[in-house]
Amino acid sequence: MSNTSRLRAVTDRLFSGSATVFVLLALIVVALTVLNPSFLSPGPLMLFVKKAAPLILLAIGQYFVIVSGEFDLSVGSLVGAQVVIAALLIDGVESATWPVMLVMFAGGAIVGVVNGLATTILKVPSIITTLGTMLVLYGAIRWLTGGAPTGALSEQFRQLGRHGIDNVPLIGQVPWALIIVIVAGVAAVFLMRSAWGRTLITIGDNERAATFAGARVWQVKTTAFVLSSLMATAAGILIGGYAGVTAQVGQGLEFTAITAVVLGGVVLGGGRGWVVAAMAGALTVETLFRLFNQLSLPSTIRPTAQGLIIIAAVAYAAVDRARRQRTPRHSDVATS
Amino acid sequence: MNTTLLSMTGIDKSFLGVQVLDGIDLTVEAGEVHALVGENGAGKSTLMKILAGVHEADAGTIELDGKPVAFTHPLQAQQAGVSTVFQEFNLLPDRTVAENVYLGREPRRRGAVDTRRMIVDTESLLADLGVEGLSARRRVRSLSIAQQQIVEIVKAMSYDARVISMDEPTAALAGREVALLYDLVERLKQRGVAVLYVSHRLKEIFDLCDRVTVLKDGKLAATGATADITPDELVRSMVGRPMSSFFPDKLPATTVGDVRLAIHGGGNDQLDSIDLTVHAGEIVGLAGLQGSGRTEIAHALFGVAPFTRGTVEVDGRPVRLRSPRQAVRNGLALVTEDRKTEGLALNQSIGANARMALDAVRPGASRARARRIPQTLSSLELVSRGLNQEVRFLSGGNQQKVVLTKWLVTEPGVMVMDEPTRGIDVGAKHAVYTLMRELAAAGMAILLISSELTEVIGMADRLVVMRDGRIGGRLRAGELAPDTGEAEVMALATGSTATEEAP
Amino acid sequence: MSTVLNRWRSVHLGTTTIVYAALVGIVGLGALVVSIEGGNLLSGANIVDLLTRSSLLGFIAIGQTLVILCRSLDLSVGYVMALSSLVAATTMAGDVSRIPIAVAAALGVSAVIGFLNGVVITKLKVNAFIATLGMGLIIKGYLDTQYAGPAGDVPQAFQAFGYTRIGPIPLSTVVLFVLAAAGIWFLHRTRTGHHMYAVGGDAEVARMSGVRTDRTVIIAHILCALAAGVAGLLIASRFGTGSALVYDDGYDLESIAAVVLGGTYLLGGRGGIGGTIGGVLILATLDSVFNILGVDPFIKDVLRGVIIIAAVAVYARRSLVGKVSRRRFTDDAHPPDLDTVEHGSDNRQEGRA
Repeated sequence: MSNTSRLRAVTDRLFSGSATVFVLLALIVVALTVLNPSFLSPGPLMLFVKKAAPLILLAIGQYFVIVSGEFDLSVGSLVGAQVVIAALLIDGVESATWPVMLVMFAGGAIVGVVNGLATTILKVPSIITTLGTMLVLYGAIRWLTGGAPTGALSEQFRQLGRHGIDNVPLIGQVPWALIIVIVAGVAAVFLMRSAWGRTLITIGDNERAATFAGARVWQVKTTAFVLSSLMATAAGILIGGYAGVTAQVGQGLEFTAITAVVLGGVVLGGGRGWVVAAMAGALTVETLFRLFNQLSLPSTIRPTAQGLIIIAAVAYAAVDRARRQRTPRHSDVATS
Repeated sequence: MNTTLLSMTGIDKSFLGVQVLDGIDLTVEAGEVHALVGENGAGKSTLMKILAGVHEADAGTIELDGKPVAFTHPLQAQQAGVSTVFQEFNLLPDRTVAENVYLGREPRRRGAVDTRRMIVDTESLLADLGVEGLSARRRVRSLSIAQQQIVEIVKAMSYDARVISMDEPTAALAGREVALLYDLVERLKQRGVAVLYVSHRLKEIFDLCDRVTVLKDGKLAATGATADITPDELVRSMVGRPMSSFFPDKLPATTVGDVRLAIHGGGNDQLDSIDLTVHAGEIVGLAGLQGSGRTEIAHALFGVAPFTRGTVEVDGRPVRLRSPRQAVRNGLALVTEDRKTEGLALNQSIGANARMALDAVRPGASRARARRIPQTLSSLELVSRGLNQEVRFLSGGNQQKVVLTKWLVTEPGVMVMDEPTRGIDVGAKHAVYTLMRELAAAGMAILLISSELTEVIGMADRLVVMRDGRIGGRLRAGELAPDTGEAEVMALATGSTATEEAP
Repeated sequence: MSTVLNRWRSVHLGTTTIVYAALVGIVGLGALVVSIEGGNLLSGANIVDLLTRSSLLGFIAIGQTLVILCRSLDLSVGYVMALSSLVAATTMAGDVSRIPIAVAAALGVSAVIGFLNGVVITKLKVNAFIATLGMGLIIKGYLDTQYAGPAGDVPQAFQAFGYTRIGPIPLSTVVLFVLAAAGIWFLHRTRTGHHMYAVGGDAEVARMSGVRTDRTVIIAHILCALAAGVAGLLIASRFGTGSALVYDDGYDLESIAAVVLGGTYLLGGRGGIGGTIGGVLILATLDSVFNILGVDPFIKDVLRGVIIIAAVAVYARRSLVGKVSRRRFTDDAHPPDLDTVEHGSDNRQEGRA
């Protein structure tokens, strides 16, 4: 592919389904900066990054699942379960940190495999499958905590969510969360450009055609569910470190993550969408929350504003897409 | 009698600057069956859709009973008495026959839907048309294609249709079901309904139709009584050239080599005792009626509905083909019958679709082989705005070229092509035929499945004719006389003669 | 042709029948297990408990069935229910004479929300998942801002809705069954009901046949919200006040689970309210059994999750089997006599459908 056509591929993307999210993000950032000129200075910005990182990770994971035509409703409960279990297992012992993290990722992978196999092999709609795992995981949290979490996270564990590389010139501190998000984001972009990624989108668009082309649908989709669960685990580690351990951690995050992905122009039902736009969607949701803070909006009214903006943004993108499809851009005729 | 019921005059239609219909005149009389023929892309479908109210004509008038009409919605056409039975049925599989027939205008009594009357009325419509053994209470899902078609016709009749147009009504029917449709059309005729009958099958046109109108490249090529025209003349006015010259000749370099694909005693719940070999450099045609087991062989080879008996060998090696993936890995390729639901991911780019099989099966080799995609596409003369264009914006012919490229880059040894020229324009058809010749010359083994007999006879070296899930007979294409060849194949397909086993 | 017909009939066993067979099985098994532990699942008190448990979810699930049949879904039902309970309780404000106007206000507000859901989905073309999720958030914000805790005062007369019993059967259950019967009648005997199946089955076919698809979906959403509004009234009568916090009880997803458990196809066009009631009763029976046995809440949730997934897996398998074409040949026996075999073009249905 030549450079110009590659450039066009990127601009095509920016100005198609995902344009809304970048415009919205820019508008909110401008508004934030006007209200609080220091927002873009390194300190507050890095603080914001730490707060926003988990949702971006969740959005990446949810993107894989949604673009293949499925849902993952279990991620919020998984985040909660992971944090509670981590506190229980580590119980303040520093040396337990890394082994426990390994256990967490292994547990996350198992949840993903169960979601994926129930959806692909047992043919249960994923909204029901992941609702089932959500029930199971919330049950697990209640069982383990009895209402109040026990144990404690180690200092090392909290590092990832709270701290970073200090004394970096100009910026001051580069949070671990930022590094993790960048690594995950770059990996996701490369993954989506790989054969697996292209097959994933093809399956989301037309599962039957993908099967006829020789794709192992169950394997590809299950991998997407596993990636979503692993991302939820990573998000759990960051949230646990940043916000601490409560029995409520993670509640409702699955809906926020799906909202973020859809805001990024990814179509529910699969086959369309760009992982970078999904990440931008998550960033937009977080800047929105930050804006509400800045405006000192009472926390109780925030859901209303959030709901209005999401509906408006998705409606705008949907109406825009419908308009585009009425004026075909092709030169030759598709009569048959 | 002989009253003109419907007349279309000077119909023009263009899509985005491409003229699809150019000054078409068509009159249909009450109680007449009028054939509308022409090659794919000649404009038949567009004309039908204008009549049905799906498209609006750019110019021209439509008169029904001498009064000008203009339909902007299919419902208007139906209410005016003009109904269309499309190839893709407009039925809800989970609803009953009666519910489908009266959808949108369910009869009511005291405010509530009168389900009993709905069923009684539907059954009386069925009885009027002489249909037996079809209950109005059955769910459409449980009906055969032929029965679904009857439901569509009944639905049309329930609107008191005076003109019914049918788009290739026999395309999906087996022999006995075709006879049923003949009866049905005859009854419609007796009731004074005008039938506009779109078909490719010459036999039906001469059996069933009173007059015929031929379209070619969007223009009116001929019109007249079927009694005044011979099949040969009809074909010539459709294609504008004798049939034989349409198919490219075998390339001189083509040599028939070793056996690349062999099926011994293959069978499953749809097929039995299938013995079939295809050599390198050979095109074997698989003919037979719809439902006779042609597509089933393709699906069995490709592991969609695998053989449960017998063995399959590819290049002399016995292979297990339990999934499309195993088939692809063993060097098979399948150009599916239904491009849009089985062949392409319509919202993805040309590039992504062309890489689909490579990505799915050989991700390792994907990058290197994908480099050949642009070259392969351009050698097939794909018309597009570049690799990033989404395939849903392409015409049928260009979409098919993407499907072909998808398989060519996997470098298959055996290519199974199920209706490779269905719904594509003449130019693309020719490109497909040329490609087949080139692939054969390069040593590929090709199994061509087609319901167009001229196509199998024109392209294949050998013919295998399917009948009721078994092989009904074999023929050598070269030994078939041009004018009686089709009849010979049909005889084997329907079992009407005792011809068996050509050498 | 008639032999084929019979064959199909035997295959076509109604999903609703299976749901109720499963319900009977679960009740039987539950009663057995409970009796081994020395209790009685079918005792008066336990039955009342079971039925009381079902009515709240039942109201919501009836409404959810309608929208799912239209290939939509509603995630705002929990919030509508909470809002309705508050509107009713605060409007009543302890005054018996204000009961009618309070009920009207609560249902009116619910209907407006349903209407908005429907309009956003059909006219603005926002995916139902996002539209109703967003609507839920909007209501949540309002509730959190306006009502910190329980509010309003429901007079005794209206609390009767929550506590009266007719024999062993709670009044709310009677209302539930009446509403379910009305819903079944609606789906089978009104044009709009028929059109809901059509829109969910294939919106394009429905449109081509002159069905006003947008209007149908909007009506489904209004009725769904109204059903959630009725659930809100029940909450108000049971608690004696309106309660904002009930939205946290997960009724949105649980009602979807009940609908799917009742055999309604998640992608629309197939199913019905009869099955949904069966699904609700199955979930309530499980809850009752677990409660009587004192099952750990963790195990309870695990079992519920597993049962829902397993049930839906069974349905999925059934609908796959239903599609398989007729056999023409068998592996072991002699192939069937060709004369009795239909030309097998049915197998093409799958591709077309």
